[in-house]
Amino acid sequence: MSMGDTPRKGSLLEPDARTRRRNAAEARFHLYGLVAVCLGILALIVLLSSILSNGLSSFRQAYVTLEVSLPEDRLDKSGVRDPEVLAKVSTFGYAPLIRDAVGAEMERLGIQIEGLNEKDAGGIISNNAPARLRDHVLANSDLIGGTVTMTFLANGRIDGYFKGRVTMESAERDKNVSPEQLQLADALKEAGTLTRPFNWAFITAGDASENRAEASGLGVAILGSLYMMIVVLVLALPIGVAASIYLEEFAPKNRITDLIEVNISNLAAVPSIVFGILGLAIFINFAGLPQSAPIVGGLVLTLMTLPTIIISTRASLKAVPPSIRDAALGVGASKMQAVLHHVLPLAAPGILTGTIIGLAQALGETAPLLLIGMVAFVAEYPAAPPEGFFDPASALPVQIYNWTQRADPAFVERASGAIIVLLVFLVSMNALAIFLRRKFERRW
Amino acid sequence: MTVPSLFLVLAAMFIAGFFLGRARAMKSGGGDIRRLHSLPFYYGANVSLTAVIPALGALIAWLLMQPLWIEAQVSELLPPELVEKAGAESLVMTDIWRVAGGLVAAKEAGALSQSELATLSTETTDIRALLGQFGVALAADVDPAVLEAAKASIDLSRAAATWMAAVVLTLSVGGLGFALWRTDKDYRARNVVEFGVLFLLLVAASIAILTTVGIVLSMLFETRNFFSQYPWQEFFFGTTWDPSFSGRGGASKLGILPLLWGTLYISLIALLVAVPIGLFSAIYLSEYAGKRMRSLAKPAIEILAGIPTIVYGLFALITVGPLLRDYFASPMGLGESSSSVMTAGLVMGIMLIPFVSSLSDDIINAVPQTLRDGSLGLGATRSETIRQVVLPAALPGIVGAILLAASRAIGETMIVVLGAGAAAKLDLNPFEAMTTVTVKIVSQLTGDTDFSSPETLVAFALGLTLFVITLGLNILALVIVRRYREQYE
Repeated sequence: MSMGDTPRKGSLLEPDARTRRRNAAEARFHLYGLVAVCLGILALIVLLSSILSNGLSSFRQAYVTLEVSLPEDRLDKSGVRDPEVLAKVSTFGYAPLIRDAVGAEMERLGIQIEGLNEKDAGGIISNNAPARLRDHVLANSDLIGGTVTMTFLANGRIDGYFKGRVTMESAERDKNVSPEQLQLADALKEAGTLTRPFNWAFITAGDASENRAEASGLGVAILGSLYMMIVVLVLALPIGVAASIYLEEFAPKNRITDLIEVNISNLAAVPSIVFGILGLAIFINFAGLPQSAPIVGGLVLTLMTLPTIIISTRASLKAVPPSIRDAALGVGASKMQAVLHHVLPLAAPGILTGTIIGLAQALGETAPLLLIGMVAFVAEYPAAPPEGFFDPASALPVQIYNWTQRADPAFVERASGAIIVLLVFLVSMNALAIFLRRKFERRW
Repeated sequence: MTVPSLFLVLAAMFIAGFFLGRARAMKSGGGDIRRLHSLPFYYGANVSLTAVIPALGALIAWLLMQPLWIEAQVSELLPPELVEKAGAESLVMTDIWRVAGGLVAAKEAGALSQSELATLSTETTDIRALLGQFGVALAADVDPAVLEAAKASIDLSRAAATWMAAVVLTLSVGGLGFALWRTDKDYRARNVVEFGVLFLLLVAASIAILTTVGIVLSMLFETRNFFSQYPWQEFFFGTTWDPSFSGRGGASKLGILPLLWGTLYISLIALLVAVPIGLFSAIYLSEYAGKRMRSLAKPAIEILAGIPTIVYGLFALITVGPLLRDYFASPMGLGESSSSVMTAGLVMGIMLIPFVSSLSDDIINAVPQTLRDGSLGLGATRSETIRQVVLPAALPGIVGAILLAASRAIGETMIVVLGAGAAAKLDLNPFEAMTTVTVKIVSQLTGDTDFSSPETLVAFALGLTLFVITLGLNILALVIVRRYREQYE
């Protein structure tokens, strides 16, 4: 059995050098792919664990419960409880009361710390506390002359101590906190005066200024984001669905239709910051709508979300089989009736899913909102709609950006915590979308 | 009549029109539905729509045109020397709007009566102090001409509001009456309503065009203003970016090149990360992975696409930046900055992985199975098939995907704002902080902005440049992808 001039060497059972090389190349290629997938998943894991490890601690906060005496001679010498006279005592007038309360608590528990003066001992309570005490007293003037037991936020550095951000060594170098204060905090925690419950205020409170990170919360931002989502839903869903119905069911093949199609696909790829410039130039400078208002944010996000909603709505309209239309037309429905009465209801689950995903995208969008003034410091809650749409508000992603721009490291923790809140919203919206798709999806 | 109450009136007309129209149609048919041309619903809807749609259109058009009209009327009243003194007409107009706004607030609060407002003059009243009480803080005393213009604008807008209400109500009542008059058992209500609905659908679809026009116009006007104050040669070819906010005119250097360099450098690094990882995972998932692996890994990678960019920004700021600085840049003596081109580029690369991989996945799956079968049948290994048959066939699509990813990278904002730094420079060291076009748009347009200074207006020129670049990339990508698709369909 001749093989010609070049008889084959070796056997089929033993691969030759070239086959081995080719097999090795095959294995390498396979490995590259596997590595790439693993790198992608690894990036996701690192990203999420970084955010979680930095942010989870913001859901606990150190609180100190104190019994504050409210001496009449300091707060209301006249004794008539006239609200106007009471209001004349500023927050500075209340600060010593809190300092005294800390002193009294130390005495009651028998805590003595060398080198800790009365002022520094009072400094473990947040700067926010006198204002809270004042508000409480102004609302309940009959408390004056007696004592009141209230729970105050601990200072941000003290809170940071229990979260590992501040240590005895770093306190030596920090002019805002001393090791003695940390010892006091330890002693108070031992005695149960200082507790670290779940931090509801982080979710409900408004933003707070630079030097009281411990009091800042996401309430205004969540409300602002909610208002914007309402605006987006009310505008983008009907407009998007109407545009899709036109393009998918009625549009004649002509230049205008082509122009609209090209525009939609391009708008989906325009950088988000360009929409911010549009909002600033048209809605604020030209139309004169107020800065920082959810209505402007909502309008900008509507324009950004429209392409997403149109694309997904068209896909679900397209998925409805032509036999449905033919059947409707066959029993005498007009084209409009066939679409509105039969095709649209069948496409509704798909439209809903696409809308929720579009809303989730809009919720996380930051850049355009920076340009329409949503970065401003807003501590007040916006009013109820519809007036609230025109009140200044913040938004969740913008609040996160805002906190990253502040000096106190406590705000980094807050920003990561806020991201967890944002991600919880996004995950629930996407889960809802997936659930709806699974539940209502129809295979024809 | 205020705008919200006009809307309420229109809503009432809508509801009333429906019932009136339906009742009239039923009556004309003698109560027998079979005598009507259309279902009763359509007669009602016809009256509703005729009563509301033209009126609503007029209302919206009026609201859009009114500020323009008033501005044109008021600017004729202004003495030219006042405009010359302020430098630009837009500055005077801003003053006038603020004074007018303050006066209206004062009147609403009861501090001014209508007759007091009419006789108000700068000689008898300290306007600045008066307006200060109502939250309008002015930098200087009010010029008499400005006050007169403000008063004129208040009168004009009051008159305009009255006329607007009159026009809208006339249209609405007229429409209702007209439609009711036409309502008859033989009237083709359904056809008319369907035509109206079709028109509304077309209007909704045209919003996409309006948005694009709005984007282009909003940037074009301000960019023209910018180039009237700053030479375009220096903007496009200047190599220094150094805006001064002290109000010294002409002291700023606003060259775009350092910003473009930063943008392109960061995008390049991002693509160097995203393209290999994205492409290889797409290949692996579509050609090698089993069903189970695919159903787990594909969604996991796509989660990366759903994460908002602010999250990536924070990740760059607090994790990647310090990590790169402490383990790479500082030991190698390349820099001490935690925000750097590398930081922003790496994180942006991660963001783009799912983008590249899902687009490439679609394209690889679109390559016909017969090509693979032919190659495997000739004895090629799987990797040889992919490299020599599948990838060349998919190449145009993949190039398109990479171009789309590049356009994403160039337009990305939050990652570079938090990760790249703010220093504009032309440097090769990837561990240096550099800045991008988008970062500068944000920094020039947030905080105190003065829309007459080139330092603020430059943001619009930057925005337009960005828009043109990304649009060009997108169109190029679409053209390439479309041409490729035609080959197999």
